[in-house]
Amino acid sequence: MTVSNFPTTEDSEVREDSPTEPRRPSPLRKIGQSFAMFRNGKSITGLVIIGIFALTAVFAPFVAPYGPLDKDYNALKQPPSAAHWLGTTHLGEDVLSQIIYGTRGVLIVGLVAGVLATFVAVFVGVAAGYVRGWRSESLSALTNVFLVIPGLPLMIIIASQYDDPSIVLISAVIAITGWAWGARVLRAQTMSLRNRDFVQAARANGETLLRIITVEMLPNLTAIIASSFVGTVTAAVLGLTTLAFIGVIPITNLNWGTILFWAQQNGAFPDFWWWYVPAGLCIAIFGMALSLVNFGIDEYVNPRLRSAGERARAMRKKGMSMTSGVTVVKATPAPQSEESAQP
Amino acid sequence: MTTLDFRHVTKQYKVRGAGDMLALDDVSFTLTSGQTIALVGQSGSGKSTIAKILTQLERETSGEVLLDGEPIPRRGKGLRAYRQRVRMVFQDPFASLNPYHTIRHHLERPLRLDKVVPGDQVEDEVRSLLKRVRLEPDAVVDRRPHELSGGQRQRVAIARALASRPELLIADEPVSMLDVSIRLGVLNLLADLQRESNLGVLYITHDLATARHFSDEIMVLHHGVVVERGPADDVILNPQHDYTRALRDASPDPDKHFADPAGPATPRS
Repeated sequence: MTVSNFPTTEDSEVREDSPTEPRRPSPLRKIGQSFAMFRNGKSITGLVIIGIFALTAVFAPFVAPYGPLDKDYNALKQPPSAAHWLGTTHLGEDVLSQIIYGTRGVLIVGLVAGVLATFVAVFVGVAAGYVRGWRSESLSALTNVFLVIPGLPLMIIIASQYDDPSIVLISAVIAITGWAWGARVLRAQTMSLRNRDFVQAARANGETLLRIITVEMLPNLTAIIASSFVGTVTAAVLGLTTLAFIGVIPITNLNWGTILFWAQQNGAFPDFWWWYVPAGLCIAIFGMALSLVNFGIDEYVNPRLRSAGERARAMRKKGMSMTSGVTVVKATPAPQSEESAQP
Repeated sequence: MTTLDFRHVTKQYKVRGAGDMLALDDVSFTLTSGQTIALVGQSGSGKSTIAKILTQLERETSGEVLLDGEPIPRRGKGLRAYRQRVRMVFQDPFASLNPYHTIRHHLERPLRLDKVVPGDQVEDEVRSLLKRVRLEPDAVVDRRPHELSGGQRQRVAIARALASRPELLIADEPVSMLDVSIRLGVLNLLADLQRESNLGVLYITHDLATARHFSDEIMVLHHGVVVERGPADDVILNPQHDYTRALRDASPDPDKHFADPAGPATPRS
């Protein structure tokens, strides 16, 4: 930048990329902008992994080589082979097919529980954040109560009351124990938004309460809502597989936890590794994918996380160390001896 | 002719664990259309509380606020009608515009809410509002606040306040968050708009120099009490109250030389 024609604060920013014609955002583009928090490497990686699992679940009958419960009594507890890529169970069932079909149970419960819990979290959290006085306090107290309820024992108790709990019931139980954390985060963020000037300005303009919350505040909360949703789905998947593993959920609901349950019941540990390792890995990879999405959202919400990471990466590329604690002025790669020298 | 009467208004905030805090103590003044009153005072003196009561974001503890002799309706259509006539420009243009929405949204909402113009003319009205605040409509209307500079944002905020065609405007330190080089531009714009629409303006500031320049009357607020008021020049040139004197002496004086050979500059009083 030259000093002679220094730009005035008034118009410099617009001049840079002054549009030749007015850009009117289409409704579609506006929705796209609501999902800006997913536009980074981590989130996309996570979403791609989740997408692969989702496609597998949807097209399970076409992907799976066998039915999940097809029995081949000539091949019991067989290690991986050409016919059975991930081996067989004690009844001769194909483990790969069970994993593929089991993805359905995991995804459905995760999705339903996540949606239910997010709805409750948004409703309670935003309401508790916007109203004041005893209403806010009592909603907050309710959230805290659910926060300290130990989720797993409650799930076990409720699920064991039914002989054959349906998927919706399982999801609902997981949602009941899982909404509180999201509500708490949303309440805090809503409280900070409520006192922001643009919300005050909307009030002073005479906007209705409903419109202030839905139109002025909620769009600014989408990243946190998404993060809370992803967190609940993670908790739901872990909860479901745990319940299935300890045998609370009957085998009719096929998922990765059920595979682990049967493996454990039939003494698969530790010799018949092909029986339990794939299911365990799937749980781990799916959980990792969800976490990646959440890390991406975190970086979007708090750019300081992102810039630190990016700066570090950029500096590593140039062969410089972040830990030296000095301001780096040299951008060209230096000989090894000079680089590590302290001033 | 619109008259806003602020009569013996007191505002107490309940502070948890610290009892009550008296933000305003028996404050009275009258604002009429076409007139500019500057409200001067330091941080915490109650300036913003007056703005909040005038926009009914807060309620007065006692006293009354009358618009053309009528008390402000507390809710519903009456309150909305009051808010349509009395609008406010917030201090911080970086906070007062919703980062998620476009400039169009910010200007459309008050137009639709108060049905200022028929639905099919809203777009034209948005553009003419932007022109009134000297912004190029095509360049800004589809942008979001973060794409504009501070001065442009404050112009948008002023346009939003004017959208409902108010009779009275409260400007709460409208330029204190702006770059020094563009303050004058925004203030001149406010002054022009005030003349064009015969607005009554309550100009809240802690800057005596601009207060004198832009207002007919100055009111000095100190710890929630109006300590001095009068025609702008009188208050500045012949301050009666110690606090006003201190305020005046604190503002830079172009006539006073820094390198005075006679010795260090002493406060005039």
